[in-house]
Amino acid sequence: MTQPLRAFQDAFMQALQTSATGHSTVAVLAAQPGFSVYRNTVAKGCVDALLANYPAVARLVGDDWFRAAAAVFVRQSPPRCPMLVSYGDAFPGFLATFEPAAELTYLSDVALLDRFWIEAHVACDRVPVAAAEIGQCDPHLLARTVLRPHPSARWKWFTDQPIYSLWRCNREDSNTDALGTLVWSGEGALLVRPYADVETFELSAGGCAFLDACAAGANLTDAGFAALGAEHDIDLSALIAQLLRAGAFGEMHQ
Amino acid sequence: MPDVGRTRVMDHDAPTAGLGLRPPHYADSADAAAPGLWFEVHSENYMVEGGPRLAWLETIRTRHPLSLHGVGLSLGADADPDPDHLARLNRLVQRFEPFVVSEHLAWSTWNGVYSPDLLPFPRSHEALQRITANVQRTQDAIKRSILVENPSHYLAIPGHHYDEIEFLTELCRRTGCGLLLDVNNVYVSANNLGFDANAYLDAFPGGHVAELHLAGHCADPNLGNVLLIDSHNAPVCAAVWRLYARLIARIGPRPTLIERDDELPAFEVLLAERNRADCLLRAAKHR
Repeated sequence: MTQPLRAFQDAFMQALQTSATGHSTVAVLAAQPGFSVYRNTVAKGCVDALLANYPAVARLVGDDWFRAAAAVFVRQSPPRCPMLVSYGDAFPGFLATFEPAAELTYLSDVALLDRFWIEAHVACDRVPVAAAEIGQCDPHLLARTVLRPHPSARWKWFTDQPIYSLWRCNREDSNTDALGTLVWSGEGALLVRPYADVETFELSAGGCAFLDACAAGANLTDAGFAALGAEHDIDLSALIAQLLRAGAFGEMHQ
Repeated sequence: MPDVGRTRVMDHDAPTAGLGLRPPHYADSADAAAPGLWFEVHSENYMVEGGPRLAWLETIRTRHPLSLHGVGLSLGADADPDPDHLARLNRLVQRFEPFVVSEHLAWSTWNGVYSPDLLPFPRSHEALQRITANVQRTQDAIKRSILVENPSHYLAIPGHHYDEIEFLTELCRRTGCGLLLDVNNVYVSANNLGFDANAYLDAFPGGHVAELHLAGHCADPNLGNVLLIDSHNAPVCAAVWRLYARLIARIGPRPTLIERDDELPAFEVLLAERNRADCLLRAAKHR
């Protein structure tokens, strides 16, 4: 037997999304002017959540373009849970294949850094490994020491485009003056929240490879080889010092 | 981050009028010292693993009473509440010890899709049975009773077995839950559906009411005042203040929230609106 409440809710959802329904009660409701309040509120809630989560993308493309693109994304990938802070993890991938964005080859990667920022912002708290803790290690064991990235740390090397600079210049409170002198070549980014605020850094190809290896459980020796593999002239001690200063590590094992 | 040291909220700080907590106002909210001031948050915005928003909530909780107001439990859906969501809510309740926990008489999640709105349904016998079970399940999960809020209405739905007050009263009787009465929602619904807001409020069971909401609304951009929208983007209007004063003269003072979610003014502006409710509450107490 069809349960009336269930059938009502099936039909109401269908009417919200497509405006067509065979359910007689919901058809009556969908014909009332008030029905569009629900349709508009749901659509606006989803688009506003994306706008909040992808501010650099919105600044790059403008509000109208962003809202139009977001509306298409919302129809394909509506929210799956009520915590809208996590909504839109598929948005960077969507932008990569969104035809009207085809010429904006950097847009999807800029969106990924917006995504990294949100993930770092809400990640679990942990006091980062301090440089002094490494200093106290037995030097004989240092090569076998494993440093695990901080739970909030997100990083990526972008081979062809200066994604980090583009992203940074388009976050609020930043200015776009630096874009005039931008060198169009590959660039990496590290975002991490050691304490209250998300910190952002440019990170080289070797630095990104080093963190990839650390995340996979490699010890410092193997992570160092990974870094050298990606960037043959990298200064490993400077890199490790930079990462420790950034608070990029959450755990240390020997 | 401000220094955190949990202290008990004193008796003289019993909640009177409160404000929705908004991130741009974190520091002002933590520092505000008005007697009886309390804050309400949407629970879902704090269901995160860590970071500054939980740290701020912790700080504010050490200085003010807190209410957890959910928008995502979907009590009105013909489906069990999501156990993961209940577990997340329970963690917040245990950590922040709110003085009330509330949700809406509405649904928002269906077949795994969350629609960020408070959707309506026919108040049938079946719906009452289902929502009774959903409220009980929620209360079992968080080991305390919740308040259920009357939503704003935009549609004349055929097939109700109960009017809204009967439905809410029966829900209280069956589950032991209390009610959060949103006076602006009553005003908006009365306007949209064509009933008398004063008569509705006069009939509302005051004994079950443990919290009141006040908010602003706007007219539909196309249809004007025949369709009001519960937009939370404006100050509380004069007519809603009159309904509120009449209500608390009848049922007595209740913790009252000024809700503002959009077009956020300066904290002082919201605090002044909150102080107006506070004055009315103190007057109602001494009648």
